[in-house]
This record gives sequence, structure tokens and C-alpha cells, in this order.
Amino acid sequence: MPKPHVLIFLAPAVLVYTAVMIYPLFDTLRLALFAADGQERVYVGLANFRRLFLDPLWSDQFWNALGNNFWFFLIHMLVQNPIGVALAALLSSPRLRFAAAYRTAIFVPTILSFVIVGFAWKLILSPIWGIAPSLLDAVGLKSLFAPWLGKEAYALTTLALISVWQFVGIPMMLIYAALLSITEEILEAGEVDGITGMAAFWKIKLPLILPSIGIISILTFVGNFNAFDLIYAAQGALAGPDFSTDILGTFLYRTFFGFQLQLGDPYMGSAIASAMFGIILVGVCIYLFGIQRRLRHYQF
Amino acid sequence: MTKTLKGALLLSVLACAAHAEDVTLTIESWRNDDLKIWQDEIIPAFEAEHPGITLKFTPSAPAEYNAILNSKLDAGSAGDIITCRPFDASLALYDGGKLADLSDLPGMANFSDVAKSAWITDDGQHPFCVPMGAVIHGFIYNKEIFAELGLEEPKTVAEFHDVLAKIKEDGSYIPMAMGTNDQWEAATMGYQNIGPTYWKGEEGRTGLIEGKAKLDDPAFTEVLSELATWGDYMGDGFEAQTYPDSQNLFTLGRAAIYPAGSWEVSGFNGLADFEMGAFPPPVKAEGDTCYISDHTDIGIGMNAASAHPEEAKVFLDWVASPEFSKIFANALPGFYPLASEPVEITDPLAAEFASWRDECQSTIRSSYQILSRGTPNLENELWNASANVIRGTESPEDAAKRLQEGLSSWYDKQK
Repeated sequence: MPKPHVLIFLAPAVLVYTAVMIYPLFDTLRLALFAADGQERVYVGLANFRRLFLDPLWSDQFWNALGNNFWFFLIHMLVQNPIGVALAALLSSPRLRFAAAYRTAIFVPTILSFVIVGFAWKLILSPIWGIAPSLLDAVGLKSLFAPWLGKEAYALTTLALISVWQFVGIPMMLIYAALLSITEEILEAGEVDGITGMAAFWKIKLPLILPSIGIISILTFVGNFNAFDLIYAAQGALAGPDFSTDILGTFLYRTFFGFQLQLGDPYMGSAIASAMFGIILVGVCIYLFGIQRRLRHYQF
Repeated sequence: MTKTLKGALLLSVLACAAHAEDVTLTIESWRNDDLKIWQDEIIPAFEAEHPGITLKFTPSAPAEYNAILNSKLDAGSAGDIITCRPFDASLALYDGGKLADLSDLPGMANFSDVAKSAWITDDGQHPFCVPMGAVIHGFIYNKEIFAELGLEEPKTVAEFHDVLAKIKEDGSYIPMAMGTNDQWEAATMGYQNIGPTYWKGEEGRTGLIEGKAKLDDPAFTEVLSELATWGDYMGDGFEAQTYPDSQNLFTLGRAAIYPAGSWEVSGFNGLADFEMGAFPPPVKAEGDTCYISDHTDIGIGMNAASAHPEEAKVFLDWVASPEFSKIFANALPGFYPLASEPVEITDPLAAEFASWRDECQSTIRSSYQILSRGTPNLENELWNASANVIRGTESPEDAAKRLQEGLSSWYDKQK
């Protein structure tokens, strides 16, 4: 039995968290098992999930959104995180001047609102008023310009890169902090053994920041599979062109709240939300049990 | 404390008694843009004629209106008069007993069946809102560019293509200001704008509802084929061009023709410094009947739980009268009263749109009544299909087939 003062101190956080997170989460899971019959709510078991995964009307959209989500995640993992690590390594170099200025400049987009980022990039890339076509023209590469946000082949990648631009500051900061916590003694000991320069990064620093990279990967995973705002701000709820930028978040929004003449269906919406929850849960579990436990932690 | 309270109560009772005959009707609406017009023009006109009834216009934000109205109706605190969204949102209120049946309102005789179609039960027996305003589709063009290039308003599809080709050949202007980024323009200002000409207005629209016509019939597929030719005449990078981009391209004088809805009129009047003209959707051959989309957008009905049903009906009857139509049409150019009797409109561009009602047959957007109730949602599919064919990523035939498959998957009469 814990001491009473522990319970008292825990209570505010537990109560607030239960009221605004845990209860709604379980209520969403419960709602996914119902359907509307006229004005009534009837229990239908797993029928909503059967429709979502097996009925082509729903499953085509679902798998399309899920596939897009994976692509969105992959771009972040391949572009955002390596760049974040590289930037952090550069910033932590003692010979770099104006490190604080770079750090601030790279981190600032992270605190901007999605709506502003979406709008600003839409303007930058606009074939009519944008500066992207004229910049490319100035270096003689106008032929490379395409209305990227309007082409099925490029739109999702473009949006993923915009998101990378916005959030690259987060892995950079986390890795930067991890790098700073590596003590000089270890690096000096390495130098004595002849490990200097790039080798010091690969052989000493990288193994020591691997746990941070793991945390960043899982944060990226959760963030990407919950993404919605940027796509909605840039492409609208129908996630054009031809649903090529549709991700689970926009699919959920359309279904749950309805769109234009489509009336909202909270039950199917909850089923999609539950599926998203499941996907994220599985992903996090794989990471926790498959990877994090095997990571070696070094204590100094 | 108790004394003051009692005093206040007494006072308010007295105040009520003094105005025993005066009835105040509260109007719920999402048109907060129109607050000034209601207060300065519509309400004084009504009150001058009907002493004893005062009106209070209490609009809320458009995006929140449906939710606010529903909760007010459930709580019994909604106003006496309710502004109605078209079709299913209002039908659901009527079915739930929130809106009163207006079949015995004398003023309803002033409206055609098309005008009433947005606020009537599926069997066409019980209207529940007085049709108030409509928007008309067509093309707005830059008269100066047309004069400079020696062009005339096209009447047939062939002439229309001729005009577009000439503007493109000249090269100084973008022939058509439209993009596919936001998708809805492709469907609303494209498909629903020119479509009625091909599917013969009401004949095709009701045909779909009754199951006699199909979305992949030649009449409907042709609309998509025509849209597929538009892409060539749009500006560079139209795939990423948004709705505001298109509006700006046109009002800055960089584009010649703008596929439009009449709601643009008042905005464009303020922005464009050149003279604008408008032409209706071109017909296939000279002399063919023309059809226009004259889409029902705003109606006004009565809270079934209103404490003053008689007075509310007096007001609704007045809304149905030509007098209201005249005030409404001129205060909001581009929104047209739906009464059968024509009204005089002073804004020349808005009047041009309205004049087509005499020459052409009116219809409404094909997907709005009944057909967008299921999954997949026809309206959303139309946005997607229209944008796809304009971008050239889906053939008109494939798109038409997909639309029909989607509709027949849930709509019994199309099975």
C-alpha cells in the first residue's frame, strides 16, 4: 500500500489524464463497435472493422492512406533524422562559430503553426506567384520546375519534405543534447588510442547516441501516423490530387466529421481511429520489445 | 436583496404587459455577412408594414451554424425563424419534427417545383422552408481582352473552343482561370456549370434519381470529355492553382475567361478595374435549348416549437412575396430570389446572369438531392473525377464508369 501522500500527489495528473485521454480513448474503441440505425445506436460487433478492411469501398481508401502514411514516415526516417544527426554533429563541433544562431534558425520552424507552414510553402511553390519557379529560372533550371503539389507523383513527397523542413530541429536538438552529454574524458581516451576526427564520431559518439536515435525514431513514427494538419492545410480534406496525399488522419477526418455533402459517420470514424491506435501501438511495441531492450546503455 | 429582486420581477412583468400585442420573432442564420443588410433594409421594410411584430436577426458563424442550431433546437431555445441549409441537413430537421410543415402557406405558390426541391420531402408533398436565394453558374469574361482580340461571346461549344484557341494563340493572356488544386471548382464551376446543357437539365437530374439515367450514359460522359479539353487552356501549373489564385488571375486581368458562380459578382465588382461580361454555358448546336444551373442555396423556415406560429407564418409569407425578392436581390448581387415572378436587378453583371432565366431552362446541381446520401459520397467523387479528367490522369469514360459504379453500389434505383 503506497503512502497516502503519494496518492494525493498523483491524483491531479491521473484525474486530468484519465478525463481527457484515457476515457476518450476507450470510449472511441467502444464507439467503433456500434452503428447508426435511423436515429438509434445499435451494437454491431466488429462489422465496422470488417467493412473497413474487406469492403473495397472502404478498404481501398484505407490501404491507400496507410501506404501513404508509410511513405510519409519513410521520407522522415531517411531524410529528417540523418540530417538532424548531421546538423547536431556539426553544431557540437567546438570550432564552429555562430553555433547558437544556426541552432535557433534551424529550430524556429518547429514552433510555427502548420497552417502558416502549409500556406507559406504553397505560395513558395505556386507556379503563378511562387519564388520557386523564378529561383530555378535564375540558375537556368526552369525545366526542372513542376507544379509539385498538384502532381500525383510528387505531391506526397513534397509535403513530406516540407514537414521535414519544419521538424528537422527536433532530432537535431535531442541529438545535440546527447552529444553534449558525452564527456571529454572518453573522447580524450579515444584520442590516446588513435581514434580522432570522423572515426571518433562513428566509433565513439554514434554508439553513445543510439538510444536517442531510437527515441527520435519512435517519436517520428507516432507523429507521422497521427499527422493530419499539414495535409489538411495544404491540400484540403479530400487530400488531392486524386487522394495521392490522403493519410489516415485526413481519412479519419472526412469520415468522422463529414465533408461537404457527406454527413459525418462517428462510428466508422471511430473504427478508423481504433485502427490508427492499433497500428501505432504495434509499432511502439515492436520498438520497445524488439529494439530498445537490446540497446546497450553505457554508464559513465 | 429580496426586495430588489421582487422589484425587478415586477418591472419585467409590467414591461411584458405593456407590449402584450408586440411579438418578437428571432431569426437563426449562418449569414453573418448579411447582418447589416437585414438590420438596415429587410427588417425595417417588414416592420413598417406589420406593426406588432418585431424581428431580431441573430446569426452565428457559418461553420458552426449546423451544430449550434441543432443543440438549440434540442434544448428548446432556438429562434422562431430558422434559415435552412439546402437538402439533407434541413430534411433531417423536418424528419426530426424540428421544422414546421409549410404546405398550407399561401406564398409557396410563388415558387416553381425546382425552387422548392431543396426543402421538400422526397415525395414532394411537404415543403418545410421558403426558398430564399439561389446562385447561377456561367462564365464571366474580361470585356477588354475580348475587344482587344476581336472576340465575341461564344454561343456554341465550337465557338467556345474557337475563342479559347484564339486567346491561347495570341499568348498574352491565360484563356481560362481555373485550377485543380482545390478540386471543388472542377466539379462546381466545371461539371455542374456546363453539365445541364448535356443532360438536359431537370430531365437528366431527375432521371438519375429515378434510375432512368446513368452517370456513364453518353450525355453524362460527354460533360467529362468536354472538361478534359479544358486543361489545355488553363495556365501553367494549373494542377497546383488554388481557388483564390484563379480569382486573382482573373481580377488582375491576366486571364480572359472565368468559369463562375454568380456569388463572385459582388467580390469581382470590387476588385476588377475592367468591364466584365458573362455568358451562359454554351450549347452544342446553334438554336439548342440552353440549360443553366440555378442552384438553390438558402431557404427560411419555422421552428415547429415556436410560441408565435401565426406571426412566424406572416413573416414567411412576406419572405415569399415579390417585395422581399426585390430587396434581397439588390442588397446581395449574385444571390437571386427564387420566386417565379422576375425582379429588377440593378447590378449589370448580376442582371446578366439573371436574364438567362428567361432564355434557358433552370435546374440545380445534379448531386445535391438524395444522390449524395450514401458511401461513396457522389459529391466528393465528382470533385475527384472532374479534377482527374481536367488533369488528364483519368479518361472521361473511366471516370464516368467509376462514378456510376459508386452510385449503383448503394442507391437502389440505380442497381
